[in-house]
Parts: sequence; C-alpha cells; structure tokens
Amino acid sequence: MTLSTSASSNTRTVLGPLADIPPGEGRSYVVGGETIAVFHLRDGSLRAVSAVCPHKGGPLADGQIDNRVVVCPLHLNAWDLATGCSQSGQPPIDVYPVRADGDLIVLGD
Amino acid sequence: MSQRLVVIGNGMAGARTVEEILARNGDFTVTMFGDEPYGNYNRIMLSNLLAGVETEDGIFLNDLAWYQENGITLNAGVKIQRIDKARKVVFGDDGSETPYDKLIIATGSYAWTPPIKGIHHPKRGYHQGVFAFRTLDDTRAMIRYARDHERAVVIGGGLLGLEAARGLQNHLNHVTLLHAMGHLMNTQLDAKAGSMLKDSIENKLGIDVIVDAMTSEILGKDRVTGVKLGDGTVIECDVVVVAAGIRPNTQVAADSELPVERGIVVDDQMRVRGESDVYAVGECAQHRGEMYGLVAPLWDQAKVLADHITGRDLDAAYTGSKISTKLKVAGIDVASMGLKEPATDEDEVIVYSEPRKGVYKQIIIRDGVLVGATLVGDNRKAAGLIQAFDRGMALPEERAELLFDIGGPAGEVAPADMPDDAQVCNCNGVSKGAICGAVSAGCKTVGGVMDKTRAGKGCGTCKPLVQRIVEWAAGGEVEEDPAASWYVPGVPMPKPELMAAIRKYELKSVSSVFDKLVPGGEHDAKSKMGLASLLKMMWADEYVDERDARFINDRVHGNIQRDGTFSVVPQMKGGVTSPAQLRKIADVAEKYDVPMVKLTGGQRIDLLGVPKEKLPAIWADLDMPSGYAYAKSFRTVKTCVGSDFCRFGVGDSTALGIALEERYQGLEGPGKMKLAVTGCPRNCAEAYCKDLGVVAIDGGKWEIYVGGAAGAHIRKGDLLTTVGTAEEVIRLTGRFLQYYRENANWLERTYTFVPRIGIDRIREIVVDDADGVAADLDAAVEEAVQAYKDPWKERAEPATPGQFRTSLPLTVLPQVPVRS
Ligand SMILES: Cc1cc2nc3c(=O)[nH]c(=O)nc-3n(C[C@H](O)[C@H](O)[C@H](O)COP(=O)(O)OP(=O)(O)OC[C@H]3O[C@@H](n4cnc5c(N)ncnc54)[C@H](O)[C@@H]3O)c2cc1C
Ligand code: HEM
Ligand code: SF4
Ligand code: SF4
Ligand code: FES
Repeated sequence: MTLSTSASSNTRTVLGPLADIPPGEGRSYVVGGETIAVFHLRDGSLRAVSAVCPHKGGPLADGQIDNRVVVCPLHLNAWDLATGCSQSGQPPIDVYPVRADGDLIVLGD
Repeated sequence: MSQRLVVIGNGMAGARTVEEILARNGDFTVTMFGDEPYGNYNRIMLSNLLAGVETEDGIFLNDLAWYQENGITLNAGVKIQRIDKARKVVFGDDGSETPYDKLIIATGSYAWTPPIKGIHHPKRGYHQGVFAFRTLDDTRAMIRYARDHERAVVIGGGLLGLEAARGLQNHLNHVTLLHAMGHLMNTQLDAKAGSMLKDSIENKLGIDVIVDAMTSEILGKDRVTGVKLGDGTVIECDVVVVAAGIRPNTQVAADSELPVERGIVVDDQMRVRGESDVYAVGECAQHRGEMYGLVAPLWDQAKVLADHITGRDLDAAYTGSKISTKLKVAGIDVASMGLKEPATDEDEVIVYSEPRKGVYKQIIIRDGVLVGATLVGDNRKAAGLIQAFDRGMALPEERAELLFDIGGPAGEVAPADMPDDAQVCNCNGVSKGAICGAVSAGCKTVGGVMDKTRAGKGCGTCKPLVQRIVEWAAGGEVEEDPAASWYVPGVPMPKPELMAAIRKYELKSVSSVFDKLVPGGEHDAKSKMGLASLLKMMWADEYVDERDARFINDRVHGNIQRDGTFSVVPQMKGGVTSPAQLRKIADVAEKYDVPMVKLTGGQRIDLLGVPKEKLPAIWADLDMPSGYAYAKSFRTVKTCVGSDFCRFGVGDSTALGIALEERYQGLEGPGKMKLAVTGCPRNCAEAYCKDLGVVAIDGGKWEIYVGGAAGAHIRKGDLLTTVGTAEEVIRLTGRFLQYYRENANWLERTYTFVPRIGIDRIREIVVDDADGVAADLDAAVEEAVQAYKDPWKERAEPATPGQFRTSLPLTVLPQVPVRS
C-alpha cells in the first residue's frame, strides 16, 4: 500500500490541528489517495487506521471507540486499534503510525 | 518437587478430572490405570457407534499422544486390585506397585446382569450370543455378532436398553425389547408418558415391546436360540443384549478398607470420607446419598475435585446435581427432569397429550418454580425447561408458553439435526459450524461465542438457537456467563446496583462511570451507548453529555445506512400530515437530490441516502422536528383515522395519538418505544402489537396494552388496564414508559421486559400504585418531557468540530498533500 511504504520511509505528514478531533471520536482524512481514520483516544493518544471497514465498507471513523478498539457502526464488528486485528473473525485493518506534535496531528514515525 | 498423582480408572470422569487439573496448572506427576486397553473414549457415543452414525475414531476423546504430551503415564489394560492406604501404594494385576501422594478413584460402573438361568456360560463368561452394553469391546463384539444373525432381544427398557434396541436394528432384522416394569423408562417417565413412548417405538421404529416381562431363562445349548418369560412365553432369537442396569465398581475400595455403601462415600470436596489424600469421582462415587449415572454431574464433580486438589479453591464444594435427560431415539424425542409425578396436592400440574402424534408433555410446578417436566415426541421446549429447572428461574404467567411456542417462530430444530453449514444468524450470516468452531476453540459462554462470531448480534431472534447450539456443542458444559446479568458488558453490575452506585458517587458522565466503577478503569466502546442512555434518564438536564459516548446515529440525529449516508425522517405526529408539509418535503427532496423517498412502517416519510454533511441544511429547509427514527427512544405513535372519519370508529384515535407524541417525543430509553392508538378493536393501527398500544372501545373507554411486538419477534401486548379518558391514557403511558426506562436492561424491549416482570406486577405498580412510586414515576417522566430539545435545532453551529464531516470518501475530504 502506497501510504504504508511512504510512512515507513520516514515521511511525516501534518494532518491538521489536534482540536479537530474531539476526545473519544474519529475523523477521516485523505492522504495521498488513501482514506484513513484517525482517532483521538480519551487517554490523549492518537491512532490511525484504514477508514473503510473490511467487512462491508462501513465508515470506521463514525464508529465508537475506547482505549483499545474501534467498533464499526454498521454491524458492530470490532478491531484492535493498535494491531488492526479483528476481534470477531474479520480481516484485519491497516494501522499507521500517528502522534500529536504540540497541537498538530502528525502521521508517520 | 511435584506430587505423585495416581488415578484408577481411565473413563470419562477420570480423564476429565485430569484435564481439569491440567487446566489449573496443577503440579503433579500423573499416572493413570485403566482396565480397558485404550486411551479415553466417549462412552455416550457407543450408542452412535452401534447405530452406525459414528466411527470408532470419532469417539476417542484423548488419544495416546495426549497422554504423552501432558507427561501422563497411562497403564492401559492394567487393573488395580488393591490400595494400601497406610503405605500409599496401589497394586496392579500385572504385579506392579505404584506409590502415590494423592489418589483419585474413578472406576465407574459395570453392567449388571439379573440372575437369569443360562445367561452365563461356565467357561466363557456370558453365554454365546449374550452381550452387555458398557464398553467399546462390548459394542464391537455385539456388532460383529449381530451382523451375521437375525433376531435380537434386549432386556431392559430404560435409556440404555432403548438405545441398544435402536442401534441393533441397524445390524439385524428384528428386535424385541423386554422390560420388567409396567412402562418404559420408569425411572424418568410416568405411566402415561411411558405408554406413549411404547406406542411410538412400536409403530414408528417397528420394535416389539413387551412390558411386565420377567425373563426367566436364556435358551440354547451352545449358543442362544431364544428367551423364556415368567409366563412361559418363548421368544426366538439369536442375540441377547442385557441392559438391565449398572452397578458401581467399588470392589477395589471395599477391599482396601475405604467406606463403601452403595458407592464410595465422598464429602463435598469429593474426598473419600475420612481420607485426606484419596478422592473418588464419577459413577463410583456416592455423594450425599446420591449416585449419578449421567455425565453432566461428573463434569461438576471433576471441577470441584480439581479446584480442591490443586489448592486453586479449597472452599470449592459440590452440592449435588439436578438431573435432566434429553435424548432422541431415532425419531422420538424424550426429555425428563425432576419429578415424574406430582408429590403433593398443591403441586401445579399441566398436561398436554396428543396420542395420535405420540406427543405428551407434562410439567410440575411448586411455589412458582419448575420441579419436574416430561416431554415425549416433541423436545422443542426442552432446552428452556432444563434451564428453568436447573436455575429455578421465574416462570411465565402464561404456563402454556412453557410447553409451546406461542407467537414465536415455529419449528425449533435440534442442534444435532442441523447441517454444519445451516445459517443460524440470518443478520450476520453465521453458520452452525462457525458457532461450534468457537466453542471447540475454547469459548464456553454464550456471550463469548456471540462476541466471537457475531451470531445473535443482529435482530436477536436467533439468540435462543445460538444458546442451544452452544449448549449442545459444549456437551452440557456451558459456563454461566457472569456478564449476562450486567446492564452493559463493560461495567460489572446489574442495573439496580449500577444505578445506586451512579447516584452514590454522582457520576454524571460516561467516562466517570468507567473511571469509578470498573476495576482498572478500563473504558469499553460497546458499553458507552447504554450508559449514555441510562445517565441521561437519571440526570436529565444535569447529564454531562460526552459526544463520543453517543452512537453515530445520535451524534448526527439520523439513521446510518449501509453506504454511510443517513436517513432523514421528520416528525409527523400520529402519522397525520398536511399539503403544506408534503410540499415542503417534496421541495427538499428535489433540491437535495434525495435518492429515495419512502413511507416508513411508522407512518412517516423517510428521505434516504442523505450524505452526512448535508444533514444540517436539509433540517433547516424542512424546518420540522426530528422524528427520532434512529434512536433507542420513543419513536412514533401510529394511529388510524378513528371516529373523525371512520364509520366504525368509537374513539378519536388521531387526536390521542398526536397528544401522546406531542408529550413524549424523543424520550430516550433502554430500547425503542413504538406506540399506536386505534379507533376501535378492528385494530387498523396495529395497537395490539406495540410496546404500548391504545384501543378505543365502545362507551368512550380506552384499553391500554403493553409489551406487544411485531418485529422479528411477534407478541400480542398484555392488557394493562381500561380507562375512561384520554388524559388517563396519557398519564399512565408516561408512568409505564418511565417504569420501563428505570427497570429494563439495555436493549431489552418491552416484549421481554413485560413478561419478565409479569403484567400483574406491572399493573400493581403502574395502575394501582401498590408500591407508592407512582408519583415519583410521574415526576421523573415530567422532568424528562421538560428537558426535551429538538436535536435538529442543533444545526447552525456543529456541536463538535467536524460533526457533519463525511467519514467515507463520498465527497471531498480535507486533502492533505504528501511531501516525499
Ligand atoms: C451406551 C451408553 C450410552 C450412554 N449414554 C449417555 C448419555 O446419552 N448421556 C449421559 O449423560 N450419559 C450416558 N451414559 C452414561 C455415561 O457414559 C457414564 O455416566 C460415564 O461414562 C461415567 O463415567 P465414569 O468415569 O464414572 O465411568 P466410566 O466411563 O465407566 O469409566 C470407568 C473406567 O474405569 C475402569 N476401571 C474400573 N475399575 C478399574 C480398576 N480397578 N482398575 C483400573 N481401571 C478400572 C473401567 O474399565 C472404565 O474404563 C451412557 C453409557 C453407555 C454405556
Ligand atoms: C439498520 C437497520 C434498520 C433501519 C435503517 C431501520 C429503519 C426503520 C425506519 C426508518 C422505520 C420507520 C420508523 C419510524 O417511522 O419511526 C422503521 C420501522 C420499523 N422497523 Fe426498522 N430499521 C432497521 C432495523 C430494524 C430491525 C432489525 C427490525 C426488526 C427486528 C426493525 C423493525 C421495524 C419495524 C417492525 C418497524 C415498523 C414500526 C412501526 O410500525 O411502528 N427494524 N425501521
Ligand atoms: S429495513 Fe429492516 S427488514 Fe429491511 S433489510 Fe433493513 S433490517 Fe432488514
Ligand atoms: S381501527 Fe376501527 S376506527 Fe380505526 S380505522 Fe380501523 S375500523 Fe376505523
Ligand atoms: S461494515 Fe463494518 S461491521 Fe459491517
């Protein structure tokens, strides 16, 4: 996938202000043609995963999260936000490195 | 150093106990002795082996490799003859002496043969052609012999004899079943059920059954040629199978000065009485005077023994098992539990009998709990009855529901009869095979399996079937799911406790509930919505609304659709609209290119396929309140045209429907609340099957029905009461809905809630105010009514940044340039 290769080659992309994502929610961004869902966990940290649910294409950024998983809003399958692994036998989702730099969201290592 | 554990008996109880000990990481060097020259096999499956539906390979539970992998020394084919308690050694018939620190006796039973002349042969044990039915060797020999012969007689009309008779039909032409008592399965069934079973066995299976048959002699010189009964009748046959009962193998214990009465006497920790290092488990053990001959109790015993011997839980205690049987002999289902006949005059007995179909059902209830049940010919309700019996659960007021599916989906199938690829959950497409896979992968709770496979997580109608499959696949080993009683899965408390804690600590936001009430403070995504609903109900205006606690539907006030768009259903009180309203809706639909305009089941108009970012603009143009067609809340009040126009109408159903919706619009709850008001009992607005339905009857009166449903589950509501005025309807509606909001579990619709509490009890509380809470309920619902705000007014400014930004690449998202 284009994004993961570019991300692993130390690309850093500023997605926008941290304040754009309310605590406990997610928002989608299009980065280099890929749509990714970025979540702002209640513990303050960030997670980024592929935005489209591998089950039937649900919008993961509209899902509910806790500090571990995201639950797709369409059929309530759940994925681990850190590993991308499904908890209910679905294919995994992609996981991208993301962090907060001051009040900015930065994608990449 | 690890202790030396010796197990005598390598049958179902012995091997299971060792498995339980391993599962608790018990530090033992294990040596097992088994009289039978095999690893451990599933004795129950011998019936299937005989019936030809299972192969020998298929019935092994633990093969020899399992023993090796777990460092267990198996001495298969070695019989233990004596135990020396003082020296702590056991002596085998191969001359071996094996020392132990702890000893488990699991010697099971042997087949008992009644004293019948000629049954034994002086040199060969049994007479040639005579077989018992207990071991793999018995079964193999029986099959081999039966294949070349014609007619069999089975002695014994209990569980085992019936299985033997059915199985033998596979191998030879004619089977006669002899039973010494007056009716079949006399330990489990009453005379009526027993005779019904006899008819079915004879007519459906073609097995001859003779009851009150005392076998007096086995005929034949070298080999069997027939049997003779007490009354002189001779039945010709060349195979005889004796299934007249079992007796525990207690000889070793008795010879070794251990306490033996009918069985080896054990205490609640499964220790042999008076011994600290010797345990007994399984059919050979006598616990509180009881002996068990089925596997389910053995599983419980094995767990307690393992808890105790490993020190995992020294207080673990086995307190006895309630016995239930459920089996299928070819086409004939039989289930029995507890009493087979009423014991006192006060026992409530319900009987249904349909001889032509061979169906007989009897249940016995004492003080509101099930104490006995017998089913013949129809086991569809067996799983539920067994559960009610085991757990002493409250029973439905409508006793017939215990015996029949009333209004539910017809035709419950037995898990065993379903092919692996049969779809169980039609919402999430989960097959029986997938459920069984999750169970064999170690998931032993119904909730756990549902989480893993998503079965039963759609509309929920298949949950009972999922439960039955899990129970079946786990072989009666389903573990009680502690989370089943919790309000939400992530906070370990039932609703009343949870509400008390929330009040005590004044927890007003969802995150504060996790932080305070979950050990470790872990948040749980799947619990947020239920908590948000509860807190909002409890705190109304004071509730601290964290937007992430809401499900997406409640964040953007629309129902999410399969492609990530939303539906817009404006309020249309009582299903009544106007030309101006219709014109406005039409204009909006055109302006925004709404892909579909559809009438809903709730008498409203649905604009489907609206992208998230267009929602605020549509609401503004519509300038109508939200219809709440997306929330776990008060939905609609359907009405019929009623007395204003309908020539049959006896009440103004539209006016009352509008008034109800006006007052209770948007009221959140543990589940959806769908209402209807209909102008006469012809019920055009379908009020009989609503969460709350109001029916106008002649004389200016209104009937109020609650707990109805016409979704995946269909139920007619129960009559709560009849009142004289529309005002009373409105007041009681609020009171009932508030009672439901406060007491129902998350996602528990009224159709489960009302039968759970019982309509009489609800009437006491809501109508008669027997508990003195009516005023509180009225005040609480009034507060909620006052707190109502139309969510579609939240549109000028987004409530959170990007509230209406799309989450799928349907339209332009913020494009972030990538620098290489
Ligand atoms: C055909 C058949 C069908 C059945 N169907 C059902 C059913 O549908 N449902 C149900 O719940 N139950 C059923 N049962 C009953 C169930 O199989 C028993 O309750 C269960 O096997 C008892 O387990 P156990 O370990 O106590 O005894 P066993 O399984 O009999 O194991 C005892 C073992 O110890 C060995 N042993 C005995 N003495 C010694 C000694 N001195 N030294 C060494 N080894 C010794 C024996 O050889 C035997 O292998 C059925 C039984 C049979 C025979
Ligand atoms: C995501 C899935 C679903 C969507 C989008 C959906 C949508 C709707 C909508 C918009 C209405 C009209 C409601 C109103 O006017 O208030 C409705 C009504 C209804 N829905 Fe659903 N629904 C869904 C799931 C279900 C399920 C799973 C069931 C059954 C278990 C169900 C049973 C009903 C029934 C019976 C009605 C008619 C209600 C009445 O007559 O009052 N719906 N649905
Ligand atoms: S609207 Fe209801 S019945 Fe139709 S597909 Fe969706 S859930 Fe099924
Ligand atoms: S329920 Fe009765 S009053 Fe209402 S429309 Fe039907 S017939 Fe008329
Ligand atoms: S589309 Fe995500 S769970 Fe079905």
